[in-house]
Amino acid sequence: MNLVEALTEALAQAATVLSPDVVQALQAAREREEGPAKVQIEAILEDVNIARTHKVPICQDTGTVSYYLRVGQDFPQLGQLMQALPEATRRATSQVPLRPNTVHPFTGKNPGDNTGRYVPAVTWEFVPGGEAEIHVLPKGGGSENCCVLKMLAPGVGLKGIKEAVVEHVVACGGLPCPPTVIGVGIGGGADLALKLGKLALLRPLGQPHPEAEVAQLERELAELLNSTGVGPMGLGGKTTVLAVHVEYAHRHPASLPLGIVVQCWAHRRGVVVVHRDGRVEVKR
Amino acid sequence: MKVLTTPIGEKEARGLRVGDVVYLTGTLITARDEAHKKLLEHGSPLPLEGGALFHCGPVVRKMEGTWQVLAAGPTTSARMELFEADVLRKFKPRVIVGKGGMGEKTLAALGEVGAVYVHFTGGAGALAAQAIRTVTGVHWLEELSMAEAVWVFQVEKFGPLVVTMDSHGRSMYKDLAVQVEANMKGIRERIRGSK
Repeated sequence: MNLVEALTEALAQAATVLSPDVVQALQAAREREEGPAKVQIEAILEDVNIARTHKVPICQDTGTVSYYLRVGQDFPQLGQLMQALPEATRRATSQVPLRPNTVHPFTGKNPGDNTGRYVPAVTWEFVPGGEAEIHVLPKGGGSENCCVLKMLAPGVGLKGIKEAVVEHVVACGGLPCPPTVIGVGIGGGADLALKLGKLALLRPLGQPHPEAEVAQLERELAELLNSTGVGPMGLGGKTTVLAVHVEYAHRHPASLPLGIVVQCWAHRRGVVVVHRDGRVEVKR
Repeated sequence: MKVLTTPIGEKEARGLRVGDVVYLTGTLITARDEAHKKLLEHGSPLPLEGGALFHCGPVVRKMEGTWQVLAAGPTTSARMELFEADVLRKFKPRVIVGKGGMGEKTLAALGEVGAVYVHFTGGAGALAAQAIRTVTGVHWLEELSMAEAVWVFQVEKFGPLVVTMDSHGRSMYKDLAVQVEANMKGIRERIRGSK
């Protein structure tokens, strides 16, 4: 398997097979819920089964594709990698197929292959070593429309962060297709806070942040959000979020940027690892 | 299992109440933002009275000359609030299928016309596609592209559909908002009392 094939496969898997950690979280939700909420979770789990069995997209909004890369400073095939990202997007669009979702904001024209100016969006991070780790994150429009940036006054502290996250997620109601996964980015700057929120989504569910204080905030936010009663699809219930993940960066003394990234229950993602010797591996 | 079959009469639609779970058999017609706009500006390419409108931009492909629907879950209905009341009054569909609910203008029109808004599980595109037997038409595909075109599906037991807005002025979203706001009082206190 070459790099383009591996990336195409990762995109296809992301669109059609929900990863086990997300399925597990949904199954746990089914046990908790009753009434209309349970009907929703059961429909979701049935949908996930049909998609996996028939290799069709879990959701018709197969999203816009973004890639998050951690590339070793000694990685030898950088040029190839850069070309592979849009190429795999095109191939997956026709093979799976994915819904063509890239629209020119002025002319309304859709190139039909999920590529365009600045898309697929690529975030590069360079790390020591010679491997490349490529995360694919196709994300739907409904949940992306619920992502926001708040520039808080630093004086509000953690309490202010909790309040802003809870108020925002409640205000979104059923729009982002709950139960959602919430990525919270704290600090950095306006752009970085949102980017950290997105990066937080790449971590598997059930894996808390390695720092105790951050993990504590994640637990607390999840618990608060699940007691709001918004519930699956905003029709009421105990499961508003499947998880809350937090990432942070140092901040300016005068700023407390807070990026709130909302991801629908169909939290689709995949990973491709390119080893130094050129071997490629599709992981979940 | 309560099954609604198109065309649906006004009396049957008025008999439905918030909280009912129903399934749909017959014709289901997709319409998103652009299609709603076009319906009001140019009229409908097919009869809609007694029909079911679906806020959906499906994934379809042509296999040996036949359209095949791969995924067809609902899109966020709130965007159609701009148009839906007028569409309801002008064309009299009896069922609007979507997700996330709609606003006061639509709720009032549902009452006037005798129609309901039903919620299909957001994201469950494969489940929806499985209930679609055939595609019997597509309108405005060239101009509006796959997601925005008007697709005509023949469906069998399409659902589960939860009636979340009825013709009696009730909206599950409004009821729930009151309950969530009550819960939020305690939650805000807990946050203020935390570290």
